[in-house]
Amino acid sequence: MKTASSIALALGTLLVFATPRVAMAEADCLECHGDKVDASTFGASLHGSLKCGDCHSTIKDYPHPDQVTPVKCESCHTGEAEGLVGSVHANRAEHPCTSCHGDAHAIFPKGDPRSAVYPLNIPHTCGACHGNDDLAKKHGLPNVYPLYIDSIHGFALSKEGLLVAANCQSCHGSHHILSHKDTQSPTYKANVPKTCGNCHAGITADYMGGVHGKAVAAGHLDAPVCSDCHTAHAIEQPTAAAFRMQSTPICGNCHKDKFSTYRDTFHSQLGSLGGYVETARCWDCHGAHNVLPANDPRSPIAPANLIKTCGRCHEGANASFVQYQPHANARNRKLNPALYYIRLFMNLLLAGVLTFFVIHTILWLIRSRYQQVKTRSAKGGKNG
Amino acid sequence: MRFTRAQRYMHAVLFTTFLGLAATGLPMRFSESFWARKFASGVGGFGTIIFFHKFFALVLTVAFLIHLKEVFTRAFVRREKGIFWGKTSMVANWKDVKDLFGHIRWFLGLGPKPQFERYAYWEKFDYWAVFWGMIVIGFSGYAMWFAPFFARFLPGWALNAVLVIHSEEGLLAILFIFSIHFVNTHLRPDSFPMDMVIFTGVESEEEFKNKRPEEYQRVAAQRKLETRLGVQPPLWLLNFSKAVGYTAIFIGLLLLVLTLSAYFGG
Repeated sequence: MKTASSIALALGTLLVFATPRVAMAEADCLECHGDKVDASTFGASLHGSLKCGDCHSTIKDYPHPDQVTPVKCESCHTGEAEGLVGSVHANRAEHPCTSCHGDAHAIFPKGDPRSAVYPLNIPHTCGACHGNDDLAKKHGLPNVYPLYIDSIHGFALSKEGLLVAANCQSCHGSHHILSHKDTQSPTYKANVPKTCGNCHAGITADYMGGVHGKAVAAGHLDAPVCSDCHTAHAIEQPTAAAFRMQSTPICGNCHKDKFSTYRDTFHSQLGSLGGYVETARCWDCHGAHNVLPANDPRSPIAPANLIKTCGRCHEGANASFVQYQPHANARNRKLNPALYYIRLFMNLLLAGVLTFFVIHTILWLIRSRYQQVKTRSAKGGKNG
Repeated sequence: MRFTRAQRYMHAVLFTTFLGLAATGLPMRFSESFWARKFASGVGGFGTIIFFHKFFALVLTVAFLIHLKEVFTRAFVRREKGIFWGKTSMVANWKDVKDLFGHIRWFLGLGPKPQFERYAYWEKFDYWAVFWGMIVIGFSGYAMWFAPFFARFLPGWALNAVLVIHSEEGLLAILFIFSIHFVNTHLRPDSFPMDMVIFTGVESEEEFKNKRPEEYQRVAAQRKLETRLGVQPPLWLLNFSKAVGYTAIFIGLLLLVLTLSAYFGG
């Protein structure tokens, strides 16, 4: 591929200097089609060495018929055409090659910034359709372009111009794009860790060693993959306040009981208020990618590691301090008897005191108002 | 007079810090309610809220210690009589029990209105509720603030318990003060809209006689009525007190509505 494009580039360069000659050779066509085809751009393009008839092969004579057979790119680009078969873009009428590659007479190598499929141009190219609400609705897809472009990948690409930043095709592929429901797709749930791992190799290795990665590898697709926590397109910097603020319900989607008991704690109370994002979220204690159960000595929540884990925020944490239960359930008499009875006592105290005094106060109000009215009318005053 | 200047200042510090603690504590207690996050982002987030919560807690702790010192001085240094027992003591006695039942009988039209002394039973309850509340809420609060230190001599589950205790007792205090205390002391017809005696220290002879007839009889018999009634406060103090008092009641009622909406609104 590289060799081919280098040759093409070399030819292109040669042809830039030789443009007049090429144009002369195709002068007959350009006499009419000069408004559509810019001879010098075409000459510089990847296909600049070709003659009109090489692609428009059904046209032999002049004048040619009004209706001509459309150009078949696949007559040369066989591999790409094969890739499109069975892909989500297989319908050639809806998705002609030019819908992604742009003007057929101005096609540049994908490493050329003028190319529609140059890495930094790809989101814009795909976004022409996938940034369209109507189209998204029609196909039952999310409108992904705005999500992507504001994501950490989108910013890396659009703001910093990083060629290595993930663009659409880094995850979805180019010609053989398959639905995420297709087991062969790089975006199929079981394949996501490998897909992300193409760049994030270290994190993926961590993840595969944790409970979630092992579960997915064993075929348990209920377990989360990268995109379940990070989303597919709207990926945020995980240390950013916005992500930390919204993060705990993500784990809570599956770990409902743990999320419920977490919400009873001060960690959750202060965490949901905002303005202080350092408060412990799920992975601050459990780890993010290599999540391990408490009985694994490598786990940050293994008993032997608790002082260190809690101590990351709570300076001076000691053996007694880490007895604190971050998921204590005050509603469960069997699991947390002391807490259960304390809560019960406090609730009875609250309910008892308030019930007594609310009745007491209401009776008092009625009686003293009655007394007041009676006294005033006895005095002959106004009933105010 | 009914309340000395120091006692009135103490009440002012108490209700100011209490309002501050309630206003900063409730958003933490009901952090998922519709108003908590708005309030938090309005004042600069959780960091600001906890800073002021701790600040008010420290002020209130100091006030509480000053009160203890005052009681100690009066009882043991100046050897005042009637601090721990008697007609003018805050300690409950048999008359309070009789007054409670007598009062309820009167509510129902079954008997005469009890003749209250200097501090009626519900006033003593208010005092001891605050006293107990400050110890319980204060202790549990400091246990959370200095958790690693308290963990040296408290079992691990106690660290879970202190949040439950702190938030439930705090909720009780808030609900009690902003509904029961407000109505019993300020909003009931005899005092409506506000009992100014806690701001001015004095009340009219008629009010005194009507509200605390037994004390009135006793003071009159001792010929100390003039001292007990004191001097009328200047107009500016009255107006200033009204402005402060109405503001406090307004904030309290607002917090009560927010609390109830969060409690029952889920």
